[in-house]
Amino acid sequence: MDQVLEVRGLKTYFYTESGVAKSVDGVDFALGRGRTLGIVGESGSGKSVTSLSVMRLVEESVGRIVGGEIRFEGESLLDKSEKEMRAIRGNRISMIFQEPMTSLNPVFTIGMQIGEVLKLHQGMSSAEAARKCVELLKLVGIPLPEQRVREYPHQLSGGMRQRVMIAMALACNPALLIADEPTTALDVTIQAQILELMKELKERLGTAIMLITHDLGVVAEVADEVMVLYAGKVVEHGAVEDIFRSPMHPYTRGLLASIPDIDAEVETLETIEGLVPSVYDMPPGCRFAPRCKHAMERCLRSQPALVETAGHKTRCFLYGDASEEEAG
Amino acid sequence: MQRYIVKRLLTTLPLLVGITLLTFLIMQITPGNPMQTMIDPRISTADLARAQENMGLNDPMIVQYFRWLGEIVSGNLGYTIKTGQSVAQMILDRLPATLLLTVTAFVFSFVVGVPLGVYSATRKYTKRDYGLTVFSFIGISVPSFFFGVALIYLFAVKLNWFPTSGLATINLQGSGWDILVDKAKHLVLPALVMALPNLAVIMRFTRSSMIEVLTNDYIRTAKAKGLSERAVKYRHALRNAIIPVITLFGLSIPTLFGGAYITETIFNWPGMGSLGIQSITSREYPVIMGLNLFTSLLVLFGNLIADILYAVADPKIRLSK
Repeated sequence: MDQVLEVRGLKTYFYTESGVAKSVDGVDFALGRGRTLGIVGESGSGKSVTSLSVMRLVEESVGRIVGGEIRFEGESLLDKSEKEMRAIRGNRISMIFQEPMTSLNPVFTIGMQIGEVLKLHQGMSSAEAARKCVELLKLVGIPLPEQRVREYPHQLSGGMRQRVMIAMALACNPALLIADEPTTALDVTIQAQILELMKELKERLGTAIMLITHDLGVVAEVADEVMVLYAGKVVEHGAVEDIFRSPMHPYTRGLLASIPDIDAEVETLETIEGLVPSVYDMPPGCRFAPRCKHAMERCLRSQPALVETAGHKTRCFLYGDASEEEAG
Repeated sequence: MQRYIVKRLLTTLPLLVGITLLTFLIMQITPGNPMQTMIDPRISTADLARAQENMGLNDPMIVQYFRWLGEIVSGNLGYTIKTGQSVAQMILDRLPATLLLTVTAFVFSFVVGVPLGVYSATRKYTKRDYGLTVFSFIGISVPSFFFGVALIYLFAVKLNWFPTSGLATINLQGSGWDILVDKAKHLVLPALVMALPNLAVIMRFTRSSMIEVLTNDYIRTAKAKGLSERAVKYRHALRNAIIPVITLFGLSIPTLFGGAYITETIFNWPGMGSLGIQSITSREYPVIMGLNLFTSLLVLFGNLIADILYAVADPKIRLSK
């Protein structure tokens, strides 16, 4: 398959006063052209750091990509200079963020902020950029685009701002769009609209999407594949139908069980007991073992490897042929 | 925008009236009068009383106040008691020298202070940042009368690079260029003395404002767009970080004039500050009042400018009705 993005053994560590935080600790995945990968996990599971690593935007003073490989359209991103990365960011790979309220610069007009990308990467003149801006706003379904380009972020609602962010991200027809919790800060109805828009644009423009979320409902809605992260490691990865129909890893099963069922009458919601382990103090064995109902003695000692059965990968000793991962 | 400025101007008017009233009252309750410093001690009290009567100093306060207001409106600000010169004319005579000094110091402190603040913020907690922090604390803490004298001692007396005082060398012969260089040399030390504390404060303000702005989500957005470090820092961050610094801009307009009292005296600079000192020692109330009014106007003007600049810099202010 034609892969847009391939990530192998990615490790991003943060060096802080309290120790080394292994936020992303050996993550592998690949993303095909026009496909959508949902990356799911709790806060601190490493999903945002994974996306920032792909953009090479991890804060250099504290964090570093210490291992692994990121290949984008066949080229290694980790070998690129900062200048080469700048030519990729916002152009071939673009990103939208969780907080549409604060992700746009308050002192510049919408038109300027979108136009800036066009001028930078496509060498457009101001007049061309202004025209293209109106077109882009129309594309993402913003009414009165000619008027909106002259407005400032504070004059727009949250949903409108997220549409502006999407328009900005799509300005240069990127091969990859990273959406970091794009709907988390929005009302449910606006969420649905934004997801619908992303789906539609993906089909129209063929952009691959890396969708980061903690909301399994969002994943079910738009993703082709799902990757579940837990404490910096991939615990399960597969097609969206497989994961939802037959989740394997106890963590994934726990996540799916904790979604309230609209038809069932329950007193209390299902939860996964305990907390994500501290990034400074990871358990020696399987990272989920301390919270796992099925934990065996072996799980506390050694880490299982990610094993694939018919395209569905799981990192768990419950599945017969799971081997141990080499220490790293 | 226009409505905003008009509204701001209208609120300035009552303040202005209040200032004239206060200035007048303060001068009224100050003991002593100019007669005492200029009249021959052998003159009889009767003659003194007549002179006071002739000058209108015995009229009811309210009459004197409105007479002064009349002078303000006519643009003269009254006349000096000793020489009968128009106060406005005296201020205008001294203004160019002061403006030369203050504007130079002002421009220098912003042009140097803001980039240093940005530099410091983007390298926060490094040795260079700490170095600049120490420098700014020295700048803020060292009083201008000490710093001025220290500079004169070092650069004028010891090294002989710059003249010790004055606006220009008297009776200098030479081309226009020579005269310009001579003026510039006279300007360096006093301008530096005036600029330093201002520069230090601007630097600190810019630094903390920048540090805060750089943590904002839209900075990450700007980086994700592929913008260069420079564009992120100077276009996206500084545009936001400069908004609180604008307050300083407005506030320093009168501060620089106030500071000029000491600096102008040290460097024998023939500006408004030394006029003020001379007027105070000779109890020239009309001049003191005129200067006071003028400085107050500058405060109002500075605030107005700051408010207008706010609106220019921040669309949220500009577009609110």
